[in-house]
This record gives sequence, structure tokens and C-alpha cells, in this order.
Amino acid sequence: MASNALPPQPIPSSHPLAPAPFVVRSQTAETPDTHTLVLSPSDGHAVPPALPGQFNMLYVFGVGEAAISLSGDPSDATAVVHTVRNAGPITAAIAQSPPGQTVGIRGPYGRGWPIDQAKGRDVVLVAGGLGLPPLRPVLYGLLAHRERYGRIEVIYGARTPKDLVYYGQIQQWRLRPDIRFQVTVDAADRSWYGDVGLVTARIPDTRFEPGNSVAFLCGPEIMMKYAARDLEARGIPQSSIWLSMERNMKCAVAVCGHCQFGPAFVCRDGPVFRYDVVRDWLATREL
Amino acid sequence: MAVPSIGDRLLLDRRDFPTFLASLHSAGYRIVGPTVRDGAIVYGDIAAETDLPIGWTERQNAGTYRLERRGDEALFGYVVGPHSWKKYLFPSHERLWTAARDGDSFTVTPEPTPERPLAFLGVRACELAALRITDKVFMGGIPDPSYSARRHKILRVAVQCGQAGGTCFCVSMGTGPGVTSDYDLSLTEILSEGRHEFLVAVGTELGASVLASVPTRRATAEDDQVAAAIVSRTAASMGRSMDPTGLRDLLLSQPNHPRWDQVAKRCLSCTNCTMACPTCFCHTTEEVPSLDAEKTERWRRWDSCFNLEFTKLHTTPVRASSSSRYRQWLTHKLGSWHDQFGSSGCVGCGRCITWCPVAIDITEEVAALRVPPASPPAEGGPR
Repeated sequence: MASNALPPQPIPSSHPLAPAPFVVRSQTAETPDTHTLVLSPSDGHAVPPALPGQFNMLYVFGVGEAAISLSGDPSDATAVVHTVRNAGPITAAIAQSPPGQTVGIRGPYGRGWPIDQAKGRDVVLVAGGLGLPPLRPVLYGLLAHRERYGRIEVIYGARTPKDLVYYGQIQQWRLRPDIRFQVTVDAADRSWYGDVGLVTARIPDTRFEPGNSVAFLCGPEIMMKYAARDLEARGIPQSSIWLSMERNMKCAVAVCGHCQFGPAFVCRDGPVFRYDVVRDWLATREL
Repeated sequence: MAVPSIGDRLLLDRRDFPTFLASLHSAGYRIVGPTVRDGAIVYGDIAAETDLPIGWTERQNAGTYRLERRGDEALFGYVVGPHSWKKYLFPSHERLWTAARDGDSFTVTPEPTPERPLAFLGVRACELAALRITDKVFMGGIPDPSYSARRHKILRVAVQCGQAGGTCFCVSMGTGPGVTSDYDLSLTEILSEGRHEFLVAVGTELGASVLASVPTRRATAEDDQVAAAIVSRTAASMGRSMDPTGLRDLLLSQPNHPRWDQVAKRCLSCTNCTMACPTCFCHTTEEVPSLDAEKTERWRRWDSCFNLEFTKLHTTPVRASSSSRYRQWLTHKLGSWHDQFGSSGCVGCGRCITWCPVAIDITEEVAALRVPPASPPAEGGPR
């Protein structure tokens, strides 16, 4: 039999895809093409609560929008922090926003890192290139409650020493006795005293209890694919390895279709996925 | 003349059809429905019954569509054309919001939601199924403001198909040709032995209300049988068929089937299938600033998974090959759609077959994918 007309639904007075104005409080150059912006709501409203691993849609008036991961301290309720690489006209406009400029934000969106699963266990973070900013909120969270976790091992790789973000902060993390923060670069000149090589080359030397560890991976897909494979080979089960996927995004609310990865919408079902869920998709070319 | 109520089955004489249209107009509806334009039956505004494709039908096959004269004066004697109702609920270009500079900041004004309620005249069973699907897409999560505003105001005047098209396969997909739910009114056009009447089934109070001032009489059991026979005859003459068994699992398990490369040799990535599909919903957004940069507008427009830009990440597309893009379209439509929205994304309307310029046939592709590859596929999928 015929169903009745749809029940009336309230239509929101503001558009769910409309950005809210935020003001850039500070802009820090990380590398020649990457900047960290600290933003706060220009209307004085509270910063919407976000989880490590989630992302916002950042908007520059008259230019457009891009999906950018949150990279600040999740316990700081006064500011939103994003590290943005100039990779095109929109991200260039965002990254180059000087203090005082208004940037639109909507979000946060997506599923973040399952930090609760790290309690009582060793934690391995593997970041490649601009994969460190989405993992930085995890590190802040772990260090804020250091006693809750086992060993913390961080491996961070970049193309060259000049491409390392958060350079000063990394020096401080490397001085801490209660975590190990390894840095490696693909290529360097004689002025670099650190490791040279892929992040996967650091995995054999990383110390963790395989049956009682979680691993969070973020970086280029190829890096995550091989890092996950190697961590699994060292005994971390697939279900304890998590990685953050990146796809073209327009809407961030699972309706524009762009970010589909297998049956998942990366914006809604990700960007953080459990390795056993995406392993076969990662193995399929051009999925 | 009794006031109609839900469940009533009434007869509307062809000569009273203008009264029916007038009733919709006087109820405040903007009527949209089938009309002949540019050699095809498309959906447009219906001011009077003369706008309808009276006496026209079409011949459809893979890659071809031709209008033809019928031997009678049927109002709905065709199947479906290149348009679908999605163009009214989810327009191909739509402004989402405008923004204006406001000192150092900016103010966003959402686009006002429309306008007059729409009466969809001549919605086929497969199209009602498509409507259920796009409802899930646009209103299943955060409701899309403009889609839901329009959707909640439509009146659905369905029509049970009196004939099947050459590319129709709604029977395979379980979506038609009979109209069984989700209608306000459902019409069956009866044209025989000098009769030209519509059997009207009343589905909702809304449907009943617009019939109140239209002359009708009670249909008999015989009239019901005549209508049922029309639907059965249509069901028996589908131009295509597609075995729906296990389609989701089939598609999701075949990312490396050699058929993807074969179909990609023909596919032009023209996006016609996705534009004509009544359920394809992918879209992109565009920023349209004014020349003085004081104002800007945010638009969305239909996009397609066949476009290279669609998956562009930084500088390169994730799906660079045609075969990966065709695989995405079909695997989504028939496979992962189930995971995302709880049903297939295909309603068997045949538009993607008819409007493909190189006559790629979804039913043929599925049949080919059912044949296991002769030798183990190359590792890593299409290239």
C-alpha cells in the first residue's frame, strides 16, 4: 500500500555546508611551503570539540575549501590548529593566510584515532611527510597522560631535513626519556647527522611488545602500506594497526561521492581506518 | 461525487484530464512532466495537456533513441527519456549560499529554499524506486536543506507503464513496472475499444485532496483486471534483463576481472550514463566570486566518477585509467551502494544503456563479469 508523505523535517536556519568565520591568530612557517595556523572563532564562540584524527573544511573567501586535519593539542579548547601545505590554489590561500585574516571553518568531521585502545599498551606512531600533523594530537594526548600507556615509539620520515615540520618541538620530544622519537629522511647532505632511509627501515629497531601494542600510521599511501606490512610481520595484529586515508573531498558529509574508497566514504567512515578493513582495498590499484 | 479517500480506485475520463491538471494548478502546484523537446521526451513545465507527448512514443536500444508516432492519442505512451526527476530535487547547478565581506570577516547567507511545490506528473515505478534511493542519499544523514525542502513538498502522480522500452529491465531489479507504494496518485492509462480512461489509485490524503474537484467514478473489479493485465503485459516485454542474484558480492569480488579493461577500450568517459542515471548523485562545488571580490557564491553542480578531476589528490588522479573509473561506477552502483544505502543503486530504467554513445550495456557487462576470468588476472588490477 502507498506510504504516507514524509514526516516534516526541520530545515536548519544555517546551511550545514556554510563555514563559520575564524580569525588567524598566528601563522608559523614550518617549511618553505608548509605553514601552521592557529585560529579562533571570530564571534567568540567556543571551539567545537574535536577528536585527534578528525579534520575540518577550511575556507578562504572567494577561493574555496579544502579538507585539512586537526593538528593541535586536543585539550586546548581555545584554538584550532592546522598545518597546511601549499599544494594548489586553495591550500596556498589557506597556508598563506596572515594573522588577522578570516578563514572559514566547518567541522570537525570523520572518525579519529582510537586512543582509548592504546591504554595499557605500547604505542607505535609512524608518520611520513605531512602525516605528522594528524598524529600530533595523538602524541599530545598520550603525553598528557603518560602513565596510562606503555612504550611510546614514534618514527617520522620526511623527504629531506628541510621538509621536517615541528622541528623545534621534535628536538624537545627527542630529549624526553619516556618516549623514543626517531627521525629519518630520504635524502640529505653532509650537514645531516640523523638517519637516512625510509621509515620502514626504522621498524626493525623499534621496540614494542607485539601482542600488546597499537600502531597509528599516517603518510603517503605507499608508506602506510609497507609500514603496516612490516609491523604485522613483527607481530602486531592487523586489528591493532590503524591508518589515516586521504582522498579528494568536496562536501565532508558523505554526499558528494568524491572520497569513496571501496564501499567507504573516507570523510564519514574514515579518515582513520583499521588495517584489516582496508588491506584489500589498498592492494587494489586505482580503487 | 464522493470525496475520494486513501485506497480508492477511481476512473478518470481522458476528457476530464484538463480538469485534473487545473486542480493541481489551483492547489498551488507547479506541474512538471513529460514533454517533447529536441527530439526526445524530457521533463519540463506542463501548463496544459497539450504540453504532454500526446500520441508519441520512442524506440530505444543501446546507444539509440528515436521518437515515433503512436497509432493513438495516448498521453503516457512512452517509457523514460534522458531526464529524470533528480533534476528537480537535485538541480544540475545549484547555489548553496552566498557570502559577503563584512569588515575583516564575512557573512554567509544560505540560499533560500524554494518556492512553489512541485507536482511530478507521470512518475514511473522505476523512478519512484530512484526517489526512495536519492531520499536515502540526501536525507539519510545530515538532511540536505534544498533537497529536503523540495522533497517534502512534491506531489507524486505515478503512471504504471503500458509498454516496456528496449532497454528496460525494471522486472529484474524488482522496481516495476507496477506502482505499488510511495505514490500520492497512481494512474493506469486504459486505451482500448474506444475507451480512453485512467484508472486512478489514491495513495495518500494529499492525492485524495487534489482529486476532490475532478469528476471521477468508482472503478469496477473488471477495470482493476484491465489495469493489472496492462502491467503484466509490460512486465512480460522487458527489452533487457539482468540477473540480480548476488550482484553485490559479484562486483565487490571482481576488482581484477579482465572485463574492466575490455569495456574501457570502448568507454569514452563521457559521463552520459551518470548524468542520465536517476540515482547518480555525485557532485562538486565551485566558488564563484564577484569581480570586485566583495561577494562570493558557493555552487554545486553534477559531477561524475568518470571525470579525471573527480579523484584528483594533490596533482594526480587516484583513478587515472578508464577501466578503474568504469569499475568504480559499476561496482558502486550495483555493489557498494548496498553497504552505503541498503539497496542497489540501479532501478533498471535502462537510461545508461540508451544514452551511452558507444552502446555499452550494463546488463551485458554484468553478464560478462559473471564469467570467471580464463586465466589468473594480472596482479594489482587495471592499468
